Amino acid sequence: MKKQNGLLTTVLGLAMVFTVSAATAGDIVVKGSTTVLPIAQEVAEAYMKENPETKITISGGGSGNGIKAIIDGTTDVGNASRFIKDKEVKLAVEKGVYPVPFGVAYDCIIPVVHMSNPIADVTLAQLKGIYQGRIRNWKDIGGPDKEITVISRDTSSGTYEVWEEKVLEKERVYPGALLQASNGAVVTSVAKNPNAVGYIGIGYLNDQVKPLTVGGIEGSKETTLNGKFPVSRALYMFTRGWPTGDVAKFINYVMHPEKGQKFVEKSGYVPLY
Amino acid sequence: MTKKRQSTEKIMKRFFFSVAGASIAILFLIMAFLFMEGLPIFKVVSVGDFLFGHYWYPTSDPADFGIIPLIIASLSVTALSSMIAIPLGVMTAVYLAELASKRVAEIVKPMVELLAALPSVVIGFFGMVIIAPFLQNVFDIATGLNLFNAALMLAFMSIPTICSLSEDAIYSVPTGLKEGSLALGATHWETIVRIILPASVSGISTAVILGMSRAVGETMVVLMVAGGAGMIPESIFSPVRPLPASIAAEMAEAPFRSDHYHALFAIGIVLFAFTFFFNLIADHIAHKYRQVGEASL
Repeated sequence: MKKQNGLLTTVLGLAMVFTVSAATAGDIVVKGSTTVLPIAQEVAEAYMKENPETKITISGGGSGNGIKAIIDGTTDVGNASRFIKDKEVKLAVEKGVYPVPFGVAYDCIIPVVHMSNPIADVTLAQLKGIYQGRIRNWKDIGGPDKEITVISRDTSSGTYEVWEEKVLEKERVYPGALLQASNGAVVTSVAKNPNAVGYIGIGYLNDQVKPLTVGGIEGSKETTLNGKFPVSRALYMFTRGWPTGDVAKFINYVMHPEKGQKFVEKSGYVPLY
Repeated sequence: MTKKRQSTEKIMKRFFFSVAGASIAILFLIMAFLFMEGLPIFKVVSVGDFLFGHYWYPTSDPADFGIIPLIIASLSVTALSSMIAIPLGVMTAVYLAELASKRVAEIVKPMVELLAALPSVVIGFFGMVIIAPFLQNVFDIATGLNLFNAALMLAFMSIPTICSLSEDAIYSVPTGLKEGSLALGATHWETIVRIILPASVSGISTAVILGMSRAVGETMVVLMVAGGAGMIPESIFSPVRPLPASIAAEMAEAPFRSDHYHALFAIGIVLFAFTFFFNLIADHIAHKYRQVGEASL
């Protein structure tokens, strides 16, 4: 029995050493949203080149996990493709933690169709009808007499969450929609199907699919920044309390127009300025 | 000398026992983990609502955790792919074991087995970019990413399993039985149908069930080509969302230990129950139809 206790103490001790070392100076742990992940990776690589004494470990796991890690103190920076929820704030405050949000980039989500589709513009109401399964044929919105194939991201994706909030206005996507697991898969299936409509993050737009304007407004860097394009969102990095030391330096680097923000653009998202 | 040999014998026995014991223990731990993470969802929804609910909206507020469309999708995809794969696999096996000349068999057999070596993501991609537009044009349907496409791709994946296991079973039918049949004046064809196939039925059915298990559990292919619509399919050209596809698509974004996370593990339990059931059937058939005497396999 005694021996077992000894072993347990050792294991716990080791675990504590590792947890503590994850938060010691010189090392930064970044966790969370897979949407923000490409930005974090690009920026961290550049940051480590300039500050070789700092080691940054990055992992994905989703926005919820990033925020949870901030509350639990298992990470220094928690990435999220959405703002913190009330329930999470409450939990954090109960534990004596004050999560601080930093908007680090914008993302805009653009509806796309097959290159052969004559339609160039849809309204938000039409998009809502299509994704709720009320509008089933392209001729209903001025296109050819063809059934619409609705392509959506799966319901747990952050991109879907924004779409649900801004286009579906919290209504549910119609169950007959084809759910794809990634932005890339949406592009492939829209490019291969003349009847399809899908939506993707601006970074995934290429010449295989045709972007639609929404209510006459083109989704671009400018319309996202001036707030005219209706389907856009901010991407966040959360810290545990107001950041100090290396974490503060890292966050400043991410926000710097000449440094971090350059990589935001490189990873396909819309920079802050 | 004898003593040394005996002690080696003992040590080897213990060594192998501990290796076998460790793998079984690990399997049981995984199973325990699966149940530990999956069962808490039933505090939120009842087992009946979970298994027979019509809507799967795990992230909505309020959330719906009904997986009947997913179960039906999995079963129909597996059934359709078996309908394609079983005749093709078994007939190929008969051809290779009994009818093909030695040279042809030597070329064809490795080729069939090569199919098994294709990574599933390649098969999925093939289905997505080649087969889907093809189906859409030929049948004039709304999308080529559907039940039929998924069944076709899964059939591709289970044919090698079915074929090579069946071939082994057919091949190991004792020559005595075959020679006896031919000596009584039966033709080659009669011998195949009346003697060889019944003698190897236990092996062939095990092959078939293992092939089906592979189809029901395969994830990448159904994630890529089944379309992913959480609706009960109306035809074989409806897009569907089988169980493994839901787990794979959603696990990364489900918050740790949330209802959604537990629900995905509960889907894992259902899937586990299916494959477990399939294997039980395979085991049962293998025992029931086991030939005795010379033909035992």
